[in-house]
Amino acid sequence: MGLENYLKHENILVTNITDFVNWGRSNSIWPCTFGLACCALEMMATSLASYDIARFGSEVYRPSPRQADLMIVSGTLTKKMSVMVKRIYEQIPEPKWVIAMGACASTGGIFKSYSVVQGVDQIIPVDVYIPGCPPRPEALLAALMKLQAKIKTEKLDSRPDVDE
Amino acid sequence: MIVEKINKSLPGLIEDQIWFRDELQIYVKKELFISFMKHLRYNEDFKFDLLLDVAGIDRFSIKPRFELVYILYSLEYNMRLIVKLKVDISDIVPSMTIFWKSANWPEREVYDLLGIKFSNHPDLRRILTWDNFEGHPLRKDFPLQGPDFNEKFNPDSIKVY
Amino acid sequence: MAESKTTILNMGPHHPATHGVLRLVLELDGETIVKATPHIGHLHRGIEKIAENKNYHQIIPLTDRLDYTAASLNNLGYCMTVEKLIGVEVPKKAQYIRVIMSELARIMGHHLWLGSHALDIGAMTLIFYTFRDREMIMNINEELSGYRLTPSFLRFGGLAKDITPDFIKYVRDFVKWFPKAVDGYNSLLTDNIIWRKRTMGIGTISAEEALNYGMTGPSLRGSGIGYDIRKVLPYCSYDDFDFVVPIGDKGDVYDRYLVRMEEFKQSLHIIDQAIENLPEGPVKSDNPWVSNPEINEVSEDISALIRRFKIQSEGAKAPVGEVYHSVEGSKGELGFYLVGDGTAQPFRMKIRPPCFMLTSALPRLLEGHMLSDAISIIGSIDIVLGEIDR
Repeated sequence: MGLENYLKHENILVTNITDFVNWGRSNSIWPCTFGLACCALEMMATSLASYDIARFGSEVYRPSPRQADLMIVSGTLTKKMSVMVKRIYEQIPEPKWVIAMGACASTGGIFKSYSVVQGVDQIIPVDVYIPGCPPRPEALLAALMKLQAKIKTEKLDSRPDVDE
Repeated sequence: MIVEKINKSLPGLIEDQIWFRDELQIYVKKELFISFMKHLRYNEDFKFDLLLDVAGIDRFSIKPRFELVYILYSLEYNMRLIVKLKVDISDIVPSMTIFWKSANWPEREVYDLLGIKFSNHPDLRRILTWDNFEGHPLRKDFPLQGPDFNEKFNPDSIKVY
Repeated sequence: MAESKTTILNMGPHHPATHGVLRLVLELDGETIVKATPHIGHLHRGIEKIAENKNYHQIIPLTDRLDYTAASLNNLGYCMTVEKLIGVEVPKKAQYIRVIMSELARIMGHHLWLGSHALDIGAMTLIFYTFRDREMIMNINEELSGYRLTPSFLRFGGLAKDITPDFIKYVRDFVKWFPKAVDGYNSLLTDNIIWRKRTMGIGTISAEEALNYGMTGPSLRGSGIGYDIRKVLPYCSYDDFDFVVPIGDKGDVYDRYLVRMEEFKQSLHIIDQAIENLPEGPVKSDNPWVSNPEINEVSEDISALIRRFKIQSEGAKAPVGEVYHSVEGSKGELGFYLVGDGTAQPFRMKIRPPCFMLTSALPRLLEGHMLSDAISIIGSIDIVLGEIDR
């Protein structure tokens, strides 16, 4: 956003705008569908009738990365798939966040072998980790709330696309 | 009973037979392998028309080193049969895609994970690992975490075509 | 002379996440598919190599993650193969409960198939209803073992522990409610003119060709061959129950849909018979190498303590020999080939996944169809990538 380039220094004018922008961003996070393995089923269950994720602001799951804010990596990341993950992460426009759902996405899980990347944070930066194999849908909702609390404390010029 | 039938119609082809837990496993010689499998597929006495799977076993310290396992099933006679073949590290095995189309992908998997080559296969290339992978993972001398287990993972080293 | 050029389209591994990471490279002439090549291996975790370094008992949670839509069926296949190799008998009550858990898992797998197949074609309401019914079965799983999706409740020689009275009550409630749900799904789709036009005559394959490609399960039964392992080579007291195997005749997408809808009702019938005639008795065999003694015995009796210590530290040892056993999974014939060498670790474990052969038949099924029919066909053969790539 061009606004941050003009208002680089923190002063009394900026704090209200920062609060307003953070409130808007945290209450309308739209995830990108990135289900890889078993955790994808729990992610689908979170988005459907019994545990509704739409009441937290994530109204729809966008398949195209150009229209999404959040990437929920759910399932085992293998070395053959890591090229695609990196490419899709780079296609999401700023501001973007990543949740690593499940044991396999956080640290490799129960598969310590020649073809599994031990954690998705070896390739892309992660904001929230969720343990579990697979985690319950309530755990994913708790992680979403933690991410919302984290977004509310961000400053306007903390994104990498703002030049100094 | 089936062993007698095979010995009557194709004498001298069976090397060894094992009965274990009510199932029959036959070791076959490599020389007349194609005509043996053709007989099992098309002859009226046998009619094994479903090839369930092709598996490979690496017996590391025995010569010949590998064993190929073919699991067959006949719908008409409701009978299951396991046919085994002993293969060495540089042997080339005739492909069974001429009789059963379901041998296509399992033979690709055996080539990818164990390194056994097949002749007359329509499309023999790697299927489960990435395209510039070196080595054959399921051999006993390949480490479980890969040969680069103490280096940091670099996604640019993976090429997928 | 005009020459027609073909376009190459990549339906990449990241597409709306219902079926998993399958990559299809399609060669199109206008809108018609000339050639299709599936590329798999994006979820290859090396389960067979990991299994060579673990005890037989430690592999049970690994097999859960193969076909993660219907997890108890994989456990049943693996446990029965090891029991055949070691030579362990399972008591009757444990067999009946294994049958109930397997048929519940089959219903769960078919629910996911129905919801995602309808969602891909355009009928968006069904996935909400099917996931609501899946929650009921996941509550039953959680009552027994604490896990919703991957119960890992089966052990060699029987079950992990005995069932509770709440389990019987939940299963009876499910049996009473479920026929209304199936009638609801049928009323939405079976006589719907749009559904029929999108699915009749698409993806036809004859019986002989399907058998040649190695297809098994509902995809083969939709073409007319009645090969169901529960009937031809019965296991785990399935021959005590009375059920029918549905068979289609044309082999198109609509017939495969009808076969699976009828399998809902037949599985419910089996569960009904099993829960009404549940026998009494133990749920674990008394083979000392395989089943743990009760916890209160361990703290009081020295021989039970030694037996538990031996099982936990060494594990069950298998004789030298090779065995193959298969069960009827929700997608086809799921088989395990185990090679034992006298130690407590398997020398080689080979898994025969049903969806592997179904995906290898995709180039034949997709040829000559239009691009939007490709979505119907992939949905109708019901693939799960965790099983294909292992």
